[in-house]
Amino acid sequence: MPYKWDFSTVLQYWDLFAWGLWLTFAYTLGSILIGVVIGLVICFGRLSPFRVINGLARAYQEVFRCTPLLVQLMWFYYALPLLIGVTIENYVAAMLTLSLYAGSFYSEIFRGGILSIEKGQTEAAKAIAMSDRQVMWRIIIPQAFKRVLPSFINQSVIQFKNTSLISVISVGELAYMAAVVNGQTYRPLEAFSVVALLYFVVLFPMTQAADYVEHRMRVSD
Amino acid sequence: MHPTAAGPILTVRGLEKSYNKLRVIKGVDLDLHRGEVLAIIGPSGSGKSTLIRCLNLLEIPTAGEIAYEGRRVENRFKSRGGNIGCGELRRHVGMVFQHFNLFPHKTVLQNICEGPVAVLKEPREAVEERAMELLGKVGLLDKRDAYPNHLSGGQKQRVAIARALAMRPDVLLLDEVTSALDPELVGEVLQVIRLLANDGMTMAIVTHEMSFAADVADRVAFIDGGQIAELGTADSVIRNPASERLKSFLSRFNA
Repeated sequence: MPYKWDFSTVLQYWDLFAWGLWLTFAYTLGSILIGVVIGLVICFGRLSPFRVINGLARAYQEVFRCTPLLVQLMWFYYALPLLIGVTIENYVAAMLTLSLYAGSFYSEIFRGGILSIEKGQTEAAKAIAMSDRQVMWRIIIPQAFKRVLPSFINQSVIQFKNTSLISVISVGELAYMAAVVNGQTYRPLEAFSVVALLYFVVLFPMTQAADYVEHRMRVSD
Repeated sequence: MHPTAAGPILTVRGLEKSYNKLRVIKGVDLDLHRGEVLAIIGPSGSGKSTLIRCLNLLEIPTAGEIAYEGRRVENRFKSRGGNIGCGELRRHVGMVFQHFNLFPHKTVLQNICEGPVAVLKEPREAVEERAMELLGKVGLLDKRDAYPNHLSGGQKQRVAIARALAMRPDVLLLDEVTSALDPELVGEVLQVIRLLANDGMTMAIVTHEMSFAADVADRVAFIDGGQIAELGTADSVIRNPASERLKSFLSRFNA
C-alpha cells in the first residue's frame, strides 16, 4: 500500500516551525557576528610575529577545527560546568560553541585572503609612507574582503545548517521542532520533510548569491 | 662623515645585505646628490634592485649605514632623536616598481591621492587638484576615473609615477620601471622620466635601457657581484668602459 501523505496535521503546528525557524536565524546570525570577531582576532594572532601569540591562535584553531561540533556542544554544556562548578544554560552553551566553532573556520578564511594579496601591494603602500596599520586597513583588507566573500558565504551556509546540532542540548530551533511535531503527530515523514524544505528555501538563495558574487568578481578583476 | 645641506641628499656607506648565507650586497659606498640622476646598471642577479630597495628600507640592510640629508636612517617607523625612521624617509624618497603595484580597488585618481590624503593628511580638494596636474603631465587626464586593470602597462606605469610624485618627494627611486612593458610602450614611460630629469628631480634609476641611461643620467654605476665595479659619468662608464666585465656586459645591448 503506498504511503498516504498528509501535511494537514503537521501544518497545524506551523507556529512551532515558525518559532524554530526564527531561533535558527537568531543563532546563525548571532554566531556569525561573534564568529567574525573571533575570526579576526585569531587571524591577526596567526599573522603576528610573536611566537606565543601565534602558537595560542594556532592551538585554538586546531582544537575547534579538529573536534566535532556535536562533541564541543556537549562538552560545553555537560562537561565544562563540572570543571568550573557553575551550570551553563543551554542557550549560552549553544551560542558560545557555535561562535567559537565558526571563529576557528573564519580565521583561516580571513588569513588565506590576507596572504593572497600580492606582496607588491604592501610594498607600494609602504613606499608612500603608510604605517603597517594603514597598509593593512586601507590596502590589504579591502582587497582581501572581496576575495574571501564566496568562501565566507559558503562557511556561513554551513553554519546555518550546523545550528541544527544544538537540538541535542534541547534548544528549540528548527530541527528540534521537527522532533517535537513528530512526537505530537506521529507523522515523521511530513514533519522532517517540512523542516528540510524550510532549510532549503533559506539556503538555496545564499549559495546562488555566493556563485553570483564569485562570478562578478572574476569579471571585474 | 658630516654632510652639510650642500652635501649629498643620500649617502650610503659600507652597505651589505644578506639573505641567510647569501650575500647579495657586499659593501657599497654611494652618494646621491641633489638634482642628480644616477643610473644603476648591471647583470641580473648583481644586486641592483636590492641596493635601490635598501634606500627606502623596503629591504633592511644587514650592515652599513644610510643617511638622508645627514640624518642616519634607522630601521624603525618613527624618527627618533636626530635619526630618521622609514616612515619619514619614505615621505621624501618615493619609489616606482617594475610591476606598477597600483591599488586595483581604487581608481587612478584615488591611487594618486591616497598617499597625500591618508599619510600626509592634506585636504582632499587640494590633493585632487595636484593629482589632476600630475595626470596632465603624464598624459592621462581622461583616465582619472578608470580602474588600473583597464589600463595598458605603459599607462599603469605613468599612473604609478604620478602616485609617487603626488607625495612631492625629494628623491625618486625607479626599479626597472620599463622591464615589464611591451616594447612599444617603453617610450612613453621613458619620456615621462626624461621630463622629470629636466625638471631637476633627483633620481636613482635601475635600468636595462642603456641608451636611455647614457642619455639621461649624470652618473652611471655598474654593479657586479654585489659591488660597485665602475662609477662615473655616463660618457666614461657606458661609452668608454674600463673593465672587460663591463665591456662584455654592454656588448649584449648593442645588437
